[in-house]
Parts: sequence; structure tokens; C-alpha cells
Amino acid sequence: MSSDYEFSDYEYEDDEESMDVEGGSASSEEDMGMDEVYDDEIKIVSEGKKAYEVDYKPLTLQQVKDLVVADVDYISTIFGVDSDVAALLLRHMDWNKDRLTEKYMDNASSISITAGVSPVPKPSYPTSDRSKRVTRSSKSSKKLGQPSSFEPFLCPICFDDTATDTLALSCGHTFCTGCWTVYTISKIRDEGEHRILCMAENCGVVALDPFVHKALGDDEDTIARYDELLVRNYVACNKNLKYCPYPSCDRSVSCPTASSRSALSTIVPTVSCGADPKHKFCFGCTIDGDHRPVLCTIAKMWLKKCRDDSETANWIKSNTKECSKCQSTIEKNGGCNHMTCKKCKYEFCWVCMGPWAEHGTAWYSCNRYDDKSGVDARDAQSKSRASLERYLHYYNRWANHEQSAKLSIELYMKTEKKMEEMQLTTDLTWIEVQFMKKAVDIVENCRTTLKWTYAMAYYLQNGNQKAMFEDNQRDLERAVEDLSELLEQPIESEYIPVLRQKVTDKSVYVQKRNEILLEDTAKGYLEERWKWNDIVIDTL
Amino acid sequence: MSVVYSRRLKKELQEIQIEQADPAKRAAGIQLLQADDLKTWYFSIEVLGDSLYKNETFHLMVRFDPEYPFKSPAVQFVVSDKVKPPIHPHVYTNGHICASILGDDWSPTLSVMAICITIQSMLASCKKKELPEGNDDYVRTAPDNPKKTRFVYHDDTV
Repeated sequence: MSSDYEFSDYEYEDDEESMDVEGGSASSEEDMGMDEVYDDEIKIVSEGKKAYEVDYKPLTLQQVKDLVVADVDYISTIFGVDSDVAALLLRHMDWNKDRLTEKYMDNASSISITAGVSPVPKPSYPTSDRSKRVTRSSKSSKKLGQPSSFEPFLCPICFDDTATDTLALSCGHTFCTGCWTVYTISKIRDEGEHRILCMAENCGVVALDPFVHKALGDDEDTIARYDELLVRNYVACNKNLKYCPYPSCDRSVSCPTASSRSALSTIVPTVSCGADPKHKFCFGCTIDGDHRPVLCTIAKMWLKKCRDDSETANWIKSNTKECSKCQSTIEKNGGCNHMTCKKCKYEFCWVCMGPWAEHGTAWYSCNRYDDKSGVDARDAQSKSRASLERYLHYYNRWANHEQSAKLSIELYMKTEKKMEEMQLTTDLTWIEVQFMKKAVDIVENCRTTLKWTYAMAYYLQNGNQKAMFEDNQRDLERAVEDLSELLEQPIESEYIPVLRQKVTDKSVYVQKRNEILLEDTAKGYLEERWKWNDIVIDTL
Repeated sequence: MSVVYSRRLKKELQEIQIEQADPAKRAAGIQLLQADDLKTWYFSIEVLGDSLYKNETFHLMVRFDPEYPFKSPAVQFVVSDKVKPPIHPHVYTNGHICASILGDDWSPTLSVMAICITIQSMLASCKKKELPEGNDDYVRTAPDNPKKTRFVYHDDTV
């Protein structure tokens, strides 16, 4: 568990006392009721971590490098090879030690060739039609790999015959150091490639680390980039590890409990690399930030829907109708009310949505709005509209919380100013006015939770479970809005102690509501209590 | 960098010109049309012998950037009123070519002539004149420079 949480736990114990003090006041009656519920909950979870948290370990760059070294040492010891060779073999097998060991024991020379450790033996050198022709036509390739010691060396790439520094990999293809340097830098910097192949055509030999370092010379930046690429490759191959997605952050997180796909159907593994409280991300998917309480698959589904739908849906809603027969969406962009569906050829009236045939001679002016067939058609229409309405209901609330959470930066600035004011006008110390800042953090945090609860509710099947979920959602929402309002209030010096009390109490309450909601959903996943509606079932 | 680029291209051009002048050395069916600078060269390509492209002549445009030869040149067929690109499963109607040698399989030891020969043999081995799958979609959205496209080299048969 991250230290962040430990801190908040401690704070919460502290704050509960202050709450009890105020227990008699009318405003906290509801709060007290909730406390009882919460007390039950906390007893269950107090033995270990909370149900909505996962065990994970943040790793620094150096710690990951240590893991790499450990794996390389292991392989180099049992194979009896150089550690650079072992590293190359491991990279080739995506760091799967067991499979590498198996393959190596089976046929060491074959895997050495495919991994690019050693060149293809001369007799079986692949001479495809193409390479034969190339060799014939371009004189330069004839010289490859067999520089005559009697002539001065002519680099076949840059045609420099004055170059004295040359380098070659185990395949013997010799080029001047200058070309190697340019090539290696371009591979690493432009292509983000850590596998530096020999420059000769069709040669599969890969440069070992010391060679890369030699080619790069004193280009520290590129060397650092190369090292980072190697670490990233290691992390990408290890399903227990994830790189922190935040820009220029070089930390990783280890979270074995969330490494399998099946685990993600019961947990939402929100982790943090520990570099910054903001570096929170989901171990299971690529959504950055905290998408609890929604499972990765559902969250992804929702985001995709929103990307595709939100604005379009609004437009469709106000500008189109559906064909009453095949439900195709139709935009009427001119002409009379006699509509013929392009898709199913059904003829209907745009005004009453009833079949056109029944309009008889009353062409182009519909007076049949109340006729039964027209009403039926409009009913069907409203059903399909209802699903759009339903989506927009959830979407608007989702978007609203996202917007409010974004505005929290503004709230921060305002709060900062307020805190300064408080220090000046009262004898409170800097530490004592921190409650404001903490409250802002809590609001932002809980709004993120709330935001995602709307995505969850959209996909939940109607029933008691959903009703309970929405009760929790409502309680949290109400509490968050109350706290938000408190934070926006003007500060008058004589009320500061009261305000402080209020904000602190409310903060504790909001946090509890948030925990209750997360705890309940997390347990619901484990107990398989949540039932998804048809939209999810159809998609999955 | 640019020293390597210009020395290398001058040398290649010199070799091509020597080869072109000597029928014994010349690669049959490939002719340098224009190389006024070290930025863009033009070649004409014919497939000799028995092939689907008998009696057809195509023009190839080769553009270099300063990172040549460490990066492959941009190679495409010329599409104009006079010359058309070949109809081939790896050649789009805008002249872009999907060939691994122009992308992942490029090696700095290859040369412009080697590319021409590879493309010539790609045409020679073609068994059925047809457009690439998804030609229209690609041509509609393709960048001007084929090097900006990420091709997937999935078919080694032609």
C-alpha cells in the first residue's frame, strides 16, 4: 500500500474524534447513522487492505535495472556465457527464462543465430534471388566482410578511404566507426530501436551492449536513451510490471495480482508509481488516472461510446427520426412529408410517422396525428429515442463531474488564497489551515469516483443491486456537492473556527462515503453481485 | 552527415553512369533518366523477357533525404499523362510501392541500383495483374511521401 493511504487513514482516525465532539449538532445526525454502517465495514477490512485496493510495489529505474541484472546473471551462469550475450538471448526470447533455457538446451547454436548472437554459418548463407542480383550489380557489396589487407580500407557505406577506425560485429562486416555511430544513433533516437542489427544487407547479427556503447562514444544522451529502451523492453515483456504512463517518468509498478486477464474481471487495479501523488494509473488498461469503481472492460466500452456518440447523439436527437419500420435514422433535409425509407422502402408521413397509404388524398398536409397507426409508430419511435435519452442522462452527469474535477485547479488557487488569508487574519498556523487543501483534494478524488459511477450505472441491469448502487452514488454526490459549496464560501474571520470544523467534518464524511461506495462495488465484483445489462452482454 | 550523403550519392551516380555507358555492365531494362541534383533521380524500368509487363515502360522517382544512406530513399512510380504505374498487387495507383526493402529491410549497404533491380524483379515475378487490396482507401488518404506510410509487409510471393 502506498504511503499516501496510510497518511489518510491516520488523518481519518484523528478527524473522527473531532466529529464526535460535534456529534450533538443536528447537521450530523445523518452522518452518525452512516458511521454505524461504516463501522461494520471497517471491522472487516481493518485486518488487511481495503477490498478496492490492490497490493503493488512501486519500483524506481534502478530497482528495475537490478531485476534485469539478476535475470541476466542467472542465464549467464547456467549457460556459461558472457552477460552481454545472455542479455541478447533473453531479449530475443522476450525475457522468458524458462523457454530460453529449454530452447538453448535443445539447440544452442540455432537459438544463437536467430537471436543475432552469432552469424549464419557461411555454407548455408541464404542466397535469395534478390541478394544474388544485388551482389552482382553493386560492386560495393562484393567487398563486404572481406576487406583486403593490401588495399586501404574503403567503407562501403560512405566511400571514405581515409577512415582508419573501423568496427565489425561477429559476422565480420566491417564499416568505418563514423557510419556505425550515425546508424546507431538514428536507430535509437529516430526509431526507438534497441536491437541494433549489422548494417550489411540480410545480416541478422545484433550488436552487444559494449559494441553499442563503443559506437555511441561519448554521446551520453543517446546512451541513456538506449538504456531506457532496454529497461522499457524488459518491463513490456514482464506481465507483472508496468511502466508509469506519465510523461518523462521513469518508474515502474509491480502488481502480480492484476497481471492476468481473468483477474481484471473482479478487480480494478489502481496503482501509483510513487513519484508524485498525481501519477496514479490503472495497471490493467491504458486509461490513465483512477477509473474505480468501473472494471477496465466496462470503462473502455464507455469511453469508446462517448468518443463515438456524445455530440453526434445530441445532433441526431434534435435533427432526425427513425423509420418506423426498420429503425434506420433519417434526416429530413427538405421536400414534402411523404417519406420513403432508402433502406426498406417503407413509405410514411414525417409528421405523424404513420404509414403513408392511410393518408389517402390528404397529401402533403397531415391531419392524422391521433390515428392509431400513427400513435403506434410514434411509440416505437419514442422507444428508440428513449435509449438515446437514457445514454445522454448518464453521459451528461459523467461529463459534468469530469468538468468539475478539471476546474479543481481553479479551486486550488482560490483555496490557496483563502489559506493565506486565514493565516493573516487568525492565529492559525500554516499546518492548521491545511484542512482546506486537503478538502479540495478529497473533492477532486471523489468527483473522479462519481464520474465513473455514471458509466457503471449506465451498464448495470435494473434491479435491487442497481438501486443500492445508485443510493450510494446519490449519498456520495450529495456529500461532495455540500463540501464543494463549503469551499466556495467567502471567509469571515470570526467564522473560521466554525468553518474549519464544518469542512473537516464534511471532508471526513465525504471520504467515508467514497470508501463505502468503492468498498461495496469491489466486494460486489468478488461476490459476482453486479449484473450487466444487454448492452454489455451484446458487446462482450 | 551531409558529407557522407553527398560523397555517397556522387559515388553511386558515378558508378551508374559508368555502368550505363558500358552495355556489358548495364543492368538490362533500367536506365537513368535524370539526376540533376542529389535530391531526386528518375529511372525508367522495363521488364525484359517473358512477363506480364512486356512492352511497358515505367518511370521511377527516387527522393533522398539528408540521412541517406542510413535511411532508405523515398521511391515511387511516376504517375503522369505520359507514364502510368504498373498494375501490380504491391503498387498503388498513386505510384506508392509496398516493398520491405524500402522500409524495414533497408540496409545502408544497399544502393539505388539495388532498389531498381529489386523492383524490376518484383514486376518480373508477378503472376496476375491486379491492384492492391484497399487501393482506393489508401490512395484517398495517402501522404505525398510514401515513407510516411507504415506498410505491413505480409506477402513475400511477388
